[in-house]
Amino acid sequence: MIRVVLPTHLRTLARVSGEVSLEVADPVTRQAILDALEARYPMLRGTIRDHVTRERRPFIRFFACQEDLSLDPPDAALPEAVVIGAEPFLIVGAMAGG
Amino acid sequence: MSGVRVLVGTKKGAFVLESDGKRDKWDVSGPHFAGWEIYHLKGSPADPNRLYASQTSGWFGQVIQRSNDAGKTWETVGNKFEYDGDPGTHKHYDGTQKPWKFTRVWHLEPSHEDPDTVYAGIEDAALFRSADGAQTWQELPALRSVKGDLWQPGAGGMCLHTILLGPKNSGRIFVAISAAGAFRSDDGGKSWRVATRGLQSKYELPDPTAEVGHCVHHVAMHPSRPDVLFMQKHWDVLRSDDGGDSWREVSGNLPTDFGFVIDVHAHEPETVYVVPIKSDSEHYPPDGKLRVYRSRSGGDEWEALTKGLPQKDCYVNVLRDAMAVDALDDCGVYFGTTGGQVYASADAGDNWAPIVRDLPAVLSVEVQTLP
Repeated sequence: MIRVVLPTHLRTLARVSGEVSLEVADPVTRQAILDALEARYPMLRGTIRDHVTRERRPFIRFFACQEDLSLDPPDAALPEAVVIGAEPFLIVGAMAGG
Repeated sequence: MSGVRVLVGTKKGAFVLESDGKRDKWDVSGPHFAGWEIYHLKGSPADPNRLYASQTSGWFGQVIQRSNDAGKTWETVGNKFEYDGDPGTHKHYDGTQKPWKFTRVWHLEPSHEDPDTVYAGIEDAALFRSADGAQTWQELPALRSVKGDLWQPGAGGMCLHTILLGPKNSGRIFVAISAAGAFRSDDGGKSWRVATRGLQSKYELPDPTAEVGHCVHHVAMHPSRPDVLFMQKHWDVLRSDDGGDSWREVSGNLPTDFGFVIDVHAHEPETVYVVPIKSDSEHYPPDGKLRVYRSRSGGDEWEALTKGLPQKDCYVNVLRDAMAVDALDDCGVYFGTTGGQVYASADAGDNWAPIVRDLPAVLSVEVQTLP
């Protein structure tokens, strides 16, 4: 299972607490995780990536294993620790004002 | 006893304020959608339990919420606003052309007849409609074909902020956009025409009487007289007696004719309210005195309403969608400020009192009159 950590506002919107666990088929990529996340929680569509362009919203960042993966291609393979569920995939609201 | 429900959108959530018909004691609930900007929320005239809310965030984009129980519970509905076809470009601040891009929903206007039909005014300016309770949205694209390449953003963005629906089966829709102007459709949005003749913007436009480019801040209409419109433009307060085909200035003796809000008394179609703001560069009331101005003659002659409002050291703003009236026998008038106060008058503006004083900055105020 893939572990995903959502920012507070998106946890509220999706009505979840704590981490989200998702079944994601290989290859596990950012795009595959977001597809699975939006399929489970349709209210998140448009809040992480643009509805039309499918691009990451400017103030959204993706972290895992102490690395910033935000600028990696959406179909790039994610670290093995994320794939096996040892580390979560973090979706983060960028630090930009309060 | 009948009552009122005041729907308040703020920079950090929505609040619902309820009272009986006396309007002297209030229950306050919220924040709903805490931490999000709630640009607007409004109830369906056909079903007062049906509410729609525009929830936005610079981080997470647009969410639309719907309630079927007067705001006790909410559900997320459709938030996909996709322009019809290739949207092309519009004018940017610097005069260059810029591609249209959806940013947020500024205003939601439910239909008079059908709780599932609702219109959305968005930034970059366009008009959308849903006929399935906001699950899916379709643009009415003919609007942007009216010289859309010449529309430009105002300081707050290029927003379609005013949607006035005409009488049942009339097909009349009137919209206003900052900074494009005002537009009217008589066929339900299939075709549109410019409704700006008579507007003058000598400090904002190279051609002060251009058809498009005017920074219209808000337009109000009494439902019994859809051809009579009142406009607060960037500068100037105006009225039209022919559905927006022509306008004349009615600023009269106002201390300044800059401002954002304008509204009409529920039972007196010639009684109009504005809140003058000092200038386009100083967005607060003149002399630190928060004064609503009322005209009982449809403009030109205005009186200051001050009882219960701060008359010194007040430097708040009242934004374009932050005034509303109820339809009780003694018409109630309500407005919210960027300082977080929501003021109410239960006697058409003669006397005012704050319902709440310390909300986040108020973006919008709507009122439902309850049976």
